[in-house]
Amino acid sequence: MNEEKHILTMLVDNEPGVLSRVVGLFSARGYNIESLVVAPTIDPLVSRITLVTNANLPEIEQIEKQLRKLINVVKLRDLSGKNAVKREMALICVKAKPENRAEILRIVSIFRCKVVDTGLEHYIIEVSGNEDKINAFINLLKPMGIKKIARTGALALFREPN
Amino acid sequence: MELTGAQILIKVFEEEKVDTIFGFPGGMVIDIYDKLEDTSIKHILVRHEQGAVHAADGYARASGKVGVCLVTSGPGATNTVTGIASAHMDSIPLVVITGQVPTHLIGNDAFQEVDIVGITRSCTKHNFLVKDVKDLARVVKEAFYLARSGRPGPVLIDIPKNVSNVKALYEPDQQVTIKSYNPTYKPNMKQLRKVVDLIATSERPVIFAGGGIILSGAAQELTTFARNLQIPVTGSLMGLGGFPGSDPLWMGMIGMHGTYRANMSTSFCDLLIGIGVRFDDRVTGKTDAFASQAKIVHVDIDPTSIRKNVPVTIPIVGDCRNTLESLNALIKPLDKAPLNDKRKPWIDQIQTWKDKNTLAYKQTDVIKPQYVVEKLYELTRGEAIITTEVGQNQMWAAQYYHFDKPNHFITSGGLGCMGFGFPAAIGAQIARPDKTVVDVAGDGSIQMNIQEMATALQYHLPVKIVILNNGYLGMVRQWQELFYDKRYASTCMDCGPDFIKLAEAYGALGLRATKPEEVIPVLEKGLSSPNTVIMDFVVAKEECVYPMVPAGAPITEMLLA
Repeated sequence: MNEEKHILTMLVDNEPGVLSRVVGLFSARGYNIESLVVAPTIDPLVSRITLVTNANLPEIEQIEKQLRKLINVVKLRDLSGKNAVKREMALICVKAKPENRAEILRIVSIFRCKVVDTGLEHYIIEVSGNEDKINAFINLLKPMGIKKIARTGALALFREPN
Repeated sequence: MELTGAQILIKVFEEEKVDTIFGFPGGMVIDIYDKLEDTSIKHILVRHEQGAVHAADGYARASGKVGVCLVTSGPGATNTVTGIASAHMDSIPLVVITGQVPTHLIGNDAFQEVDIVGITRSCTKHNFLVKDVKDLARVVKEAFYLARSGRPGPVLIDIPKNVSNVKALYEPDQQVTIKSYNPTYKPNMKQLRKVVDLIATSERPVIFAGGGIILSGAAQELTTFARNLQIPVTGSLMGLGGFPGSDPLWMGMIGMHGTYRANMSTSFCDLLIGIGVRFDDRVTGKTDAFASQAKIVHVDIDPTSIRKNVPVTIPIVGDCRNTLESLNALIKPLDKAPLNDKRKPWIDQIQTWKDKNTLAYKQTDVIKPQYVVEKLYELTRGEAIITTEVGQNQMWAAQYYHFDKPNHFITSGGLGCMGFGFPAAIGAQIARPDKTVVDVAGDGSIQMNIQEMATALQYHLPVKIVILNNGYLGMVRQWQELFYDKRYASTCMDCGPDFIKLAEAYGALGLRATKPEEVIPVLEKGLSSPNTVIMDFVVAKEECVYPMVPAGAPITEMLLA
């Protein structure tokens, strides 16, 4: 059966050990985690975990059921469909030699991202968007020489019904 | 009321009607032990913490209550892990209290410190570290609630010393609400009506009953259901006793060492109704070939059990007893006579499979282990609580002791944990002082928790140990005989102790039988003794458990004796 990418978002108790329960479930049962983002919500007692995994249909059904079984998981939703907004972010440190600086800034403006740090020989660029956009952006910067990269996993929110 | 953490813990134990605790003291639980002295709660001092957890497990299964353990930090805590894992696999409600180093030392690699909450995260239903005594009463309440509700399981509470020995306000009888935890007890009626439709059209139905029947107290409802519809019943190891073993509809256990008719009927049925089971690999064999002609109905309170191992036609999340009650009401108007006529050929077919009598064994001049269990069954009139160790002894007990009632067969089914049976028998005997409790053991596995002899003697528990002594780790030896060219690597144990002397060293009665004609006298003498008894049956050394399905093969491919 075909594996597909799934974005799962869950509200969990904001307590020590909860992330370990979630991650431990994946490792113990042989599921994979492609990316993971965790932060508190506006309710300080609740955190949101956004997790991307590759799984076929029976697997994702098991994963969701296993996650729901964890006592600290309050709510879980699969946001893989079109009804959710998805974003990732990356910080990219690119070599910025004088002859490349103008070209880098042109790419930055096309992609509507921004330079957040600059030095004699580098720019750090902040880019956000869907996964494809970030990949495309990185590909365009590659010829200039990427020094370092820090990338978040996907974040997603369900679109509110109008 | 201001009380210390230790006192609060005991107050909640009393609220939860705990009458017995199995444990072993140590530095980090000394405050709890000190306060326990002032209560009427009985404390059973085991000789090893693993024994405490297995005993609490046996107690829980024999009584239907939550088993409680109390151990210290570090090694006390790590010694409980095997017992907890076993209870987790078999869904047995336990609350395990471990002591912990004071909160300011946690993480410092202090003396007798381990991260037991981290260690047991994957083998408990849930676990807690209590860092503030103000949370203690609520957490203990939640632990009992979690342990016994939904799909039951073990819950561990780690209590640092400076939580048990400082004071806080105690609020009695706190209500437990866990917003993210709401087990589904009532099944979906629409799904149940679909099941009734399937039953009405099925020509070759089979019921497959598991431990969920026992845990939910559904044995009576299951019996009514199967008898009303005349559907043959098989069971998993954990399901034995969930349906009367002496009923003509009972086909015996299914799976790797299942009966011929149970395995054949499951493979050729057109409707398989699995209730309180999880389709474990020891049951299904090769899953692609399992019940391949059948529509499968799967009832379980844990949604993760459903569609985990086998595809399911009608999934039903619900408590087994509630579900069977509803089903029994729904099938009332069904006209049973034409159904029974339609299924006559199926019942006849099952009878021809039964006639193969694959549990027959050849009697020789050495004692056959099967014979010992058969005679044990006859002499106890099937009324005893049987615990087992793991391996051949366990399978022979399951095959030759026919359980008519639930809560009478206590075995480490999922984890398959040697050393389980004897401490579990201790716990069962404490729960049921009116019952004969027998641990069916091998000479290998009995040695894994033999130290609990002292516990049995200290509390005058008349537990009976039946050792099927073949001088081997018999089940592994059997695999080596059948699949490894008889290379008996590290399975020979023929320098075991003299079990009679061992019994006597503890102050128990030791008996031995070496010839078939001695079996009944030894059993009679041992079973009638008011003492703890070890009965050492020197049995055929290289006897195998049959039928046997090689691991990963379809369950129709049985090796027969």
